[in-house]
Amino acid sequence: MTDKDTSGSSAAAAKGVGARLRRREDWRHLRGRGQFVGDIRVPGMLEVAFVRSASAHGIVRDIVIPDEYRDQVFTARDFPGVKPIVAVPKIDGFKYSEHPALATDRVRFAGEPVAMAIAPTRAMAEDIADSVFVDIEELPAVVDTVAATLPGAPLIREEWGDNVYVARDAEFGDLAAARREAAVVIEREYRMNRQSAVPLEGRAILAVWDDRLDELCVYTGSQSPHQTRVGMAQVLGIEERRLRLISPDMGGGFGAKRVLYPEELMVAALALKLKRPVRWLDDKREHLLSAIHCREHHHKVKAYADARGRILGLDVEVYVDAGAYSHWPNSPFMETGMVAKNIPGPYDVPSYRCRSYTVATNKSPIGAYRGVARPAACFTIERTIDEIAHAVGREPWEVRVENMVPEHAMPYRSITNLIFDTGNYGESVRRAAGLIELAGVRARQKQGEADGRLIGVGFAAFTEQTAHGCGEWVSRGTPVIPGYESATARMMPDGSLMLMVGIVSHGQGLETALSQIAHQELSIDPAHVSVRHGDTQVSPFGMGTFASRSMVMSGGAVARACRLLRAKMAAIAAYALKCEAEALRFEDERVHGPEGSMGFDEIGRIAHLRQEALPPGMEPLLDVTTTYEPQVDTGVFTYATHAAVVAVDPDTGKVDLLDYACVEDCGTVVNPMIVDGQIIGGIVQGIGTALYEEIPYDENGQPLATTLGDYLMPGAPEAPPIKIGHMVTPTPHTEYGMKGMGEGGAIPPPAAIANAVRDALRGLGAELNETPMTPQRVRAAIVAAAEGVSRTTRVHREGEVLQ
Amino acid sequence: MKAAPFSYRRAATLDEALAAGGESSRFLAGGQSLVPMMNLRLTLADTMIDISGLAELRRSAGEGDRVFIGAGVTHAMIEDGRIEDPSRGYLRHVAGGIAFRSVRNRGTLGGSLAHADPAADWPTALLALGAEAVIRSAGGERRLPLARFQLGLMETALRPDEILVGVTVPALSDLARWSYQKFCRKSGEFAHSIAAVVRDPVRELAEVVLGAAGDKPCRLGRVSALLAEGGRVDPQQLGQVVDEDVRDTTGLAASSYEFHLHRTMVVRACARLQEQT
Repeated sequence: MTDKDTSGSSAAAAKGVGARLRRREDWRHLRGRGQFVGDIRVPGMLEVAFVRSASAHGIVRDIVIPDEYRDQVFTARDFPGVKPIVAVPKIDGFKYSEHPALATDRVRFAGEPVAMAIAPTRAMAEDIADSVFVDIEELPAVVDTVAATLPGAPLIREEWGDNVYVARDAEFGDLAAARREAAVVIEREYRMNRQSAVPLEGRAILAVWDDRLDELCVYTGSQSPHQTRVGMAQVLGIEERRLRLISPDMGGGFGAKRVLYPEELMVAALALKLKRPVRWLDDKREHLLSAIHCREHHHKVKAYADARGRILGLDVEVYVDAGAYSHWPNSPFMETGMVAKNIPGPYDVPSYRCRSYTVATNKSPIGAYRGVARPAACFTIERTIDEIAHAVGREPWEVRVENMVPEHAMPYRSITNLIFDTGNYGESVRRAAGLIELAGVRARQKQGEADGRLIGVGFAAFTEQTAHGCGEWVSRGTPVIPGYESATARMMPDGSLMLMVGIVSHGQGLETALSQIAHQELSIDPAHVSVRHGDTQVSPFGMGTFASRSMVMSGGAVARACRLLRAKMAAIAAYALKCEAEALRFEDERVHGPEGSMGFDEIGRIAHLRQEALPPGMEPLLDVTTTYEPQVDTGVFTYATHAAVVAVDPDTGKVDLLDYACVEDCGTVVNPMIVDGQIIGGIVQGIGTALYEEIPYDENGQPLATTLGDYLMPGAPEAPPIKIGHMVTPTPHTEYGMKGMGEGGAIPPPAAIANAVRDALRGLGAELNETPMTPQRVRAAIVAAAEGVSRTTRVHREGEVLQ
Repeated sequence: MKAAPFSYRRAATLDEALAAGGESSRFLAGGQSLVPMMNLRLTLADTMIDISGLAELRRSAGEGDRVFIGAGVTHAMIEDGRIEDPSRGYLRHVAGGIAFRSVRNRGTLGGSLAHADPAADWPTALLALGAEAVIRSAGGERRLPLARFQLGLMETALRPDEILVGVTVPALSDLARWSYQKFCRKSGEFAHSIAAVVRDPVRELAEVVLGAAGDKPCRLGRVSALLAEGGRVDPQQLGQVVDEDVRDTTGLAASSYEFHLHRTMVVRACARLQEQT
C-alpha cells in the first residue's frame, strides 16, 4: 500500500490510466448542447400526463372519463396485451405479487398511475387528466414500517396473510459466547428515513414507432437499456429485435433510473398502440411521488464488546420499508440483503445475527439509491462503535482502528462471507484524523465558541463492494445476473477507433475514462476514439451502469477488446514490416518495427480496403467484440474513512458542517479528477441524507414532501470544503488493479455527521440516531437528555450475566 | 406541473394595468412565488396582467423625512445599492438574504408584500421599519400603515381594482440601530422564523416583529415597549417578556420546537441590537 504511481509509462500517464484528462463530455454540457430526452423533438409528438391515485390504499370502483376526452384517456382496459410487472427474486419465502402498470382493481400508494391522458402539449394533457374522476373506496393505509408487521395490521395483499415480502434470519459465529463475555452492551434503535434520489433530470421517455425499421424506438433515460429492454419486451409482448432503447445524455440516475417503471412501460405501450410518437417527462412532483424511494430503514441493535471496546458480537433486527410493489429487476430484497451483509462493516466481528423484514406499506416502492442500503448499514455500525468507545472511555477513532480487519489478514473473509481483497483500513482512519486535524478540533472544543455553538468531530468507515460478478448476483436471487460487461472495439479504415459498450455514462465521464483505456492499450490519442453507449442496437448486449461497476467491468472489457485488436493489428504490421510481431512497439498511433514503422491509418486501410496486403488467410476487418468479468465474482472492495466537524446550535438545533475529510482507496485510479468529482458529489448526497432529505407520510399514507419546497436538498452553500486523501492499493483481481468507487461518497456521511453531532452534544448527554438530523430532532434530543431520558448502555459488573 | 389556461396581458402603463384588473385577474410582477403556485395549480387566474415592465413602479424618491420605494423595485436593486437605502443598511441587508440571486433578480418588493406569504422577508422587515403601503386604483391613491395592509395568510387589504405601487419608509437617524435574525434550514429557503428589530430614538421607533410564525408577521408589544425605554435590558427580564409575547402572539406551547425557535430568534435579535449601542 503506497501512493506510488501505478499507471505505467509516463507517456501513458499523460492520457492513459492515471491521467487527469479533462472530460470530453464537458464541452457539450457546459455549452448547453447536450442531448437529453427532453431535447428530442419528433413531429406529431403527443405528451402524456398521468392520472394518479390520490388515495394511499383503496379499491378502484370506477374511472370516469368525460365524453369529450374518450379518445384521449387510456386505462388498463385499453391494453389487454400488457402483462403486469412481476419481480419475485429467487429467495426462499419471497412472496409473489404483481404490479399492473396502470392500476386495475386496487391502488396501493398515493401517486400510483391509474390512467394516462394525451394531448399535443403537456399543459393540455394535464387539463384532461384533471377532468378524470377516479372513484376509490378507501381502505386503511399501512404506513408505519414496524407496525405493518404486527398481527392485526391492515393487509395490502390479503393472500399473503401479512405485509412482509420476505423475513430472513441468519446467524454467524457464537453469539451466545459474546453475550456471556461482554463487558459492555450497547442497545440502540436507528432510523434512516425515506428519501428520493432526485437526479437533476427526472425520468424521461419518448417512444417512436418506425415503420421502415419495423421497430419501436424508445428514448429513455435508463442506466441499463439492454436489461430494461428485456423486461419491457416481456411485459409488452414484443420481440426484442423490434424494440430499440436509446439512453441519450442523462442528468444523473443514482439507481433511480434502473427500474422498469410503469410510466415508461405505458408510454411505450401507447406508442405501439397508436403508432404515434408519445412522450412523457416527469416533473419533480411526480418524481417525488412515484419514482422509486429509498433508504427507509429501522434497525434494532444489541452490540456486545469487551472492556477495551473490542466487538464480540452483534445482534440486529432490520426492517426495510419496501413500499407497495416489488420493482423489476432488483426487487426490494436487494436493499435488505445488502444491509444484512454490510452491518458488520470493515470490522473483524466474531459473531453476528441478523433478522430482517422486507416490509410492504402503502408508500411508493423503494429501490436502489447510490450506496444501496450501505448508508444505513454504516450508520448502524458506526454509531454503535462510537457508543462502545464512549462506554469504555476511549476515543472512537482508536476503538474503530482496533476493531478493523488488519492489513495482514487480507484477503479476509468477513463474518457474512464478503471477501475483502486488499487494503489497510486502519491507516485510512489515521489519515482521516490527520486531514481533519483532530488535535486542533479537540483544542477548539475545550475553548468553547463565542456564539454558544457546540463543536464536535465524528468518523465513519466502510467498505464498498464493487463490480461484483456472477456468483454474488446469483446469491441475491435477481432475475438478471449482471456479472459481466461487453465491448466492441472497431478500428476504422483511417485508423480512428470506435468503442461500443453496454454501459451508460450518465454523468460519470465514462466516455473520457474508456478512451483513456484505449490509449493505454493502443497508444491511440483519446481524441481519435469515439465511445458509443446507451443504444441497444449499436453495442453488444451489456448490463449497464450501477453497483459501482462500469469502470472495472466496461473498462476491463475495453482493455480486453483493445488487446485483441492490437494482436490483429500487430499481425498485419509484422507481415508488412517483415518482422516478428513480438518485435513491434505501439507508440503515437504507429506500430514500430526494428526497421520502419506504419501508422494506424495504413493498418486500417489494409484491413478494410486492401485485402491483398493482409497476411495470407487472415480475415479482413478490425472489429472485436468481447466480454469481461473480474477474476473474483464477490466484488472488489474499495474502502474509506470520512471525518466531519460540526457546529451544533443547541437553541435552534441547526447543524453546520465546518470541515469534512475523506481518505479512500479504490485501487488504481484511471482518472483522478473524475474520481474526486464522484467522491464530492457522493458526499453532498450523503449530507442530504444526514441533514435534509426526507419524505414523511401522514397516517393516511399521504406523502408530505412533494415539491422541492418541502423536500430539502443540499445546495452548493450547504457543501463544506471537502478534503480528499487517496491511498492506492491495486487489487490483483481486475484490469490495472482498479476498483469501483461510484457510490462510496454517499455511504458514510450520515454516520460521520451523526457521530460528530454526538461528540458535540456529549456534555448535554444527547445523541441523534435518526436521519435526517433536522433542527427539530436535534432539539428534541437535547430536551430529552435534559429531562433525563435514559439511554441503553449497560456496563457489565462482575458475576452478572447479560441477556 | 403546468398552469391551467389563462390569458396574459402586458401592461404598458399603470393606468392600463388598473383598467385591466378585476376579480379573476392577478397582477404579475417578478412571478417568483406566483408562477410556481400557478404551475402547481394552487392559484388560479383567468388573466395575468404583467406589470413588471412599468418604469413608474421601479423608482424611489424622497418624501420629506420618508422615502418612497416603488413596488417594482427588485430585491437585487436594493441589494446592489441601486436604490437609496434610508435605513442605514437595513433594507440592503434584508434584500441580500432573500432566497437566491436568481430569485432576487426578478422578485420585487411590492410583489412580496402583495403575495403576503408570512414567511417572506419584506412583510416582516418592513413592518418593523414602520413602512406605509401606497395603493392606487382608478379612483385615486390611499395610504395604509403596513400593520393594516396584511390581513392574514396570503391575504391583504388590496381590493381587486387596486395595485400596490410602493411603500414609504422613514429615513433613519444616525442613532438608529437594527437587527434582523432569520432562521432557515438551508440557504434560499423560506424562513422558519424571523425576528426584526428596528430602534430609532429620533424617529420614536422601537419595533420588534416576529415573522414566519403564523398567518402574518406580528409586532411584539411588550418587547417593543421594553426596548423603547432605552438603556440596557436585563437578559432575564428580556427572556421573560419575549416568552410572554411569543406565547400571546403565536399561541404555541412553550414546550414546542417552534416556540423555542421563535423566542431564540427574538432574544438574539434584541441582544444584537444591544451589542451595537
